Amino acid sequence: MANGFFTDTTVCIGCKACEVACKQWNQLPDDGYHFTGMSFDNTMHLGASTWRHVSFIERPVALNGSDTGFSWLMASDVCKHCARAGCLENCPTGAIMRTEFGSVYVQQDVCNGCGYCVSGCPFGVIDRNHDDGRAWKCTLCYDRQKDGLEPACAKACPTDSIQFGDVEELKERARKRVETLHEKGVKEAYLYGGDAASQPGTGGLNAFFLLVDKPEVYNLPPDPEVPTMRANQSWKSAGLAAIGVAALALVSALVGRTARG
Amino acid sequence: MAEAHPVGFQWVMEAKRRGATVIHVDPRFSRTSAMADLFVPLRAGTDIVFLGALISYVIENERYFRDYVVSYTNAPVILRDDYRDTEDLDGLFSGWQEEKGQYEGPTWRYESTEHKGEDSQQTPESHAERSAQMAGPKVKAHDTDFTLQHPRCVFQVLKRHFARYTPQMVEEACGISQEQFHKVAKHLCHNSGRERTTAFCYAVGWTQHSAGAQFIRAAAILQLLLGNIGRPGGGVMALRGHATIQGSTDIPTLFNLLPGYLPMPKAGTDKSLAEYLENYTARSGWWTEFPKYMISLLKAWFGDAATQNNDYCFDYLPKITGDHSHMTTVVNMADGDLDGYLVMGQNPVVGSPNAGLQRKGLRNLKWLVVRDFYLVETAEFWKDSPEHERGEVSAETIGTEVFFFPASTHVEKDGSFTQTQRVAQWHHEAIAPPADCRSELHFAYHLGKRLKELYANSSDPKDRPIQDLAWEYPVHDARDEPSAEAVLAEVNGYTVADRKPVDGYLKLKDDGSTACGCWIYSGIYAGGVNHAAKKNRATDHYGYGPEWGFAWPSNRHILYNRAAADPQGRPWSERKALVWWDEVKKEWTGYDTPDFMKTVPPDYRAAEDSQGTQTISGDDPFILHPDGKGWLFAPAGLQDGPMPTHYEPFESPVHNPLYGQQCNPVRLEYDRSDNQMAKPIADPRFPYVITTYRLTEHHTTGGMSRWLSWLAELQPGMFCEISPELAREKQLRNGDWAVVSTPRAEIETRVLVTERMRPIKLGRRTVHQIGMPYHWGNRGLVTGDSTNELLAFGADPNSTIQESKALIGDIRPGRRDHSKAITKEATNAPEEELRDLPIARHRPIGKHHVHAPSSKQGDQT
Repeated sequence: MANGFFTDTTVCIGCKACEVACKQWNQLPDDGYHFTGMSFDNTMHLGASTWRHVSFIERPVALNGSDTGFSWLMASDVCKHCARAGCLENCPTGAIMRTEFGSVYVQQDVCNGCGYCVSGCPFGVIDRNHDDGRAWKCTLCYDRQKDGLEPACAKACPTDSIQFGDVEELKERARKRVETLHEKGVKEAYLYGGDAASQPGTGGLNAFFLLVDKPEVYNLPPDPEVPTMRANQSWKSAGLAAIGVAALALVSALVGRTARG
Repeated sequence: MAEAHPVGFQWVMEAKRRGATVIHVDPRFSRTSAMADLFVPLRAGTDIVFLGALISYVIENERYFRDYVVSYTNAPVILRDDYRDTEDLDGLFSGWQEEKGQYEGPTWRYESTEHKGEDSQQTPESHAERSAQMAGPKVKAHDTDFTLQHPRCVFQVLKRHFARYTPQMVEEACGISQEQFHKVAKHLCHNSGRERTTAFCYAVGWTQHSAGAQFIRAAAILQLLLGNIGRPGGGVMALRGHATIQGSTDIPTLFNLLPGYLPMPKAGTDKSLAEYLENYTARSGWWTEFPKYMISLLKAWFGDAATQNNDYCFDYLPKITGDHSHMTTVVNMADGDLDGYLVMGQNPVVGSPNAGLQRKGLRNLKWLVVRDFYLVETAEFWKDSPEHERGEVSAETIGTEVFFFPASTHVEKDGSFTQTQRVAQWHHEAIAPPADCRSELHFAYHLGKRLKELYANSSDPKDRPIQDLAWEYPVHDARDEPSAEAVLAEVNGYTVADRKPVDGYLKLKDDGSTACGCWIYSGIYAGGVNHAAKKNRATDHYGYGPEWGFAWPSNRHILYNRAAADPQGRPWSERKALVWWDEVKKEWTGYDTPDFMKTVPPDYRAAEDSQGTQTISGDDPFILHPDGKGWLFAPAGLQDGPMPTHYEPFESPVHNPLYGQQCNPVRLEYDRSDNQMAKPIADPRFPYVITTYRLTEHHTTGGMSRWLSWLAELQPGMFCEISPELAREKQLRNGDWAVVSTPRAEIETRVLVTERMRPIKLGRRTVHQIGMPYHWGNRGLVTGDSTNELLAFGADPNSTIQESKALIGDIRPGRRDHSKAITKEATNAPEEELRDLPIARHRPIGKHHVHAPSSKQGDQT
């Protein structure tokens, strides 16, 4: 069993309550006060001190089924707690672990700040703190879950854009939501990371999303792949290559000896 | 609504999930528009054209709910033959008194009205008061035409009044295409009637126009025609509640009201209790109960000292002498006529129009008290302001003594919030306030205590009100925090003999045997139980949650819900059943507390000589109106007309396309050199429309958000929103600085170029709109120039609410010169630039225009 998030971006109203609730619960610092001019987004991306981030995408086309002539997509991004987590698999110290709730968790007392996890995340989620160099990201509110509470962001979301629960149940709910949207004419609705089949590079996401445009529009990779995904294959190839090289050496040695002889 | 009320918006999303169509009408594409099925941008300030055209559409196409309209509204009532419409007088109604600048006389009344006492429209200071509504008309049945054909019946007058509000006019005035207009009209009509209802929601920005009250009236007329009032899923929802705005008018912070919407007594006309009660007690309808509420209030305030022999201490109440609204108070300050000012949880230097004039007012006080969480701009005006920045004033030259009291937050005190649907919800003290922070209750209670001590030994009769004030509330803990629940018990009311809580306002008496702090809340502490503190989730039919908090009055969730049943008392449809007459039990029942006398049957008819609440017939759902009907035409109570009429904002880029009368003739305008106005029409210096608003990330003037890093980083600076077309025209680039100017001031702001702002096409002409949030000031973690520097003093005459949603201005690239004046103060527009053309041009000086004595002009600028 694993817990996770289903983020339905079609009902996100961009209030950023998730960002604030997350920072408050986890006592994270601000990212500085910078006016970006990027729609209503002034925190820009996930990072060591921003574990929920709402993107604002202005599109000159309406969503199917609506009559607004324009659309303003809002989506709350978060750590995906991948079924195969690149950060976890890259971590040499064992600081990053899979919890009993199925989430991917950084143990701050173990992390040595090597940063291998950063290069291991295909989403650019995990980030090192500039002060102490340690890696930080969403904990899926491990401490709240221990007390039987849902994560702060899901609790604060007024429109249930962020839903928390058992991943399998969430996936079932999400598939029905996609069907409903399709019936209403929002044909472009689909699940991002909803299962391993649609996203083999991560084995599916425990925090997955309902989107209505290409992943790139939301600053998400279209085909994310955990670097360690091909580790076996790499080792096999490397092994084969080594054998090949050895065989070649042997052959050349033999040939050379034969030639000389 | 998603922008300013994101938590309440969850219910719109829930409705959408269940199939509701969401239509958003707004000058700019906001977070609400992003969730809407249909977005309708319009030129700021033209709402009455749009709503009037919908009214006209509903009438012309016979899409109104005829049975409802005939039985429950005043549509059949015949008006006087000397009534003249704006169609006859080019934008004015009959009764216009040019020399006084106001409407007078009886022409708006029903033909058969019996009026009591003096003419309620004649009192010169009567704006924003409800006396006229209370003491309004009593209608006789024979002056009606239920076929709605009589040329002087309300229905026909309404039809004629809005006949020129056509889809073509909407296109020309609002910039909404006829196709879009028809889409909205069809959705509205399709979703109204017996089986379906439509709700209108507005955030309070709708009231911030010089005809704001009439905007709301227009929506109410439309909803009455469509049969959407008093029914589940219907209504006109004012989105208030940051955090208890509803509560702050129920138990008011307004100058002209006492708790429970009882009018503040006026000097001259309300000299004794008898006179006051005579002036405001209605002859018919629920306000016939008025004396019970007033005398119970006096008993709650003055306790044993209040007796029948001394008019229950009525003489102790201050009597108002005129307009004491916010803006008038500030100009009085600026003119040196006011000594002290208490500002509690407010930041007028950022939040109120013409910030320069606000500061000028503060500089001319002797003392100022500010209670807030932080040292907001209003508390620090004496050492940091744009006037300091350019060296015009310094702390040494300002004589105002400023006292700052740190305030508790809502989690540090007990109390209640009343939200937008009148549900009072209790909050408990979770943690003690830090250091010297205290609750408002603590401040007010101990201030009262100290005043009583100071005056204890006085024998001067003028000090008796303080000596006799009932001021005993239990206190607890080391802070001597008074009990909020004891205040709630007083608000609920009690029988004087045994101090037992009354069950509700039906138990209140006018003989001094009951006391009640606010009659509409009576029942909130029935049985000695704090009903506001109830938190049981809704299990009822519509999910109203009768066990969650307490909805005044009488835990009733839909007002006028008698209208949810037909005249015979049967639900209009099973699908929309709410309240109905139970033939077996002989009483009103349903899914909500009925808003009607429980055992009065639908076929009861009031007799000619009926008294009190017996004047309300069984088919009179609108029990607070003296005639029991919903008012399509308001025969009393409004300063600026019985029906909404489109007037341009007092600064507009265009001529009024409908009438010669350009602006609301009764608007409040402060004609002062420190409140410069643009030319009334199409001032070439200020070609663009400016509209102002809130963002989700900040709370009003930032007192609760700009000092908090997690919110400050989300919107870290002042910006304006403009269309790419305007950006090209003015060579403005996204993210760059720009200067926005009006006749009052100029401020600098970042620019957000976005397709969410669209040029408005009015025929061949294009009008650009500039969107401006107003949250920033010069203190706090994130700072910026304040939008309110740009706005003018000028207001709706009924509510004294400022016009801040539609004005004109200019924009240019770059930054302002910080050494030059942010505020402008010069002579007003020359005499030939009349503000009203061609009629009502000579508005009298003095009534609403408080002129600054010329000797003051040089002092501060």
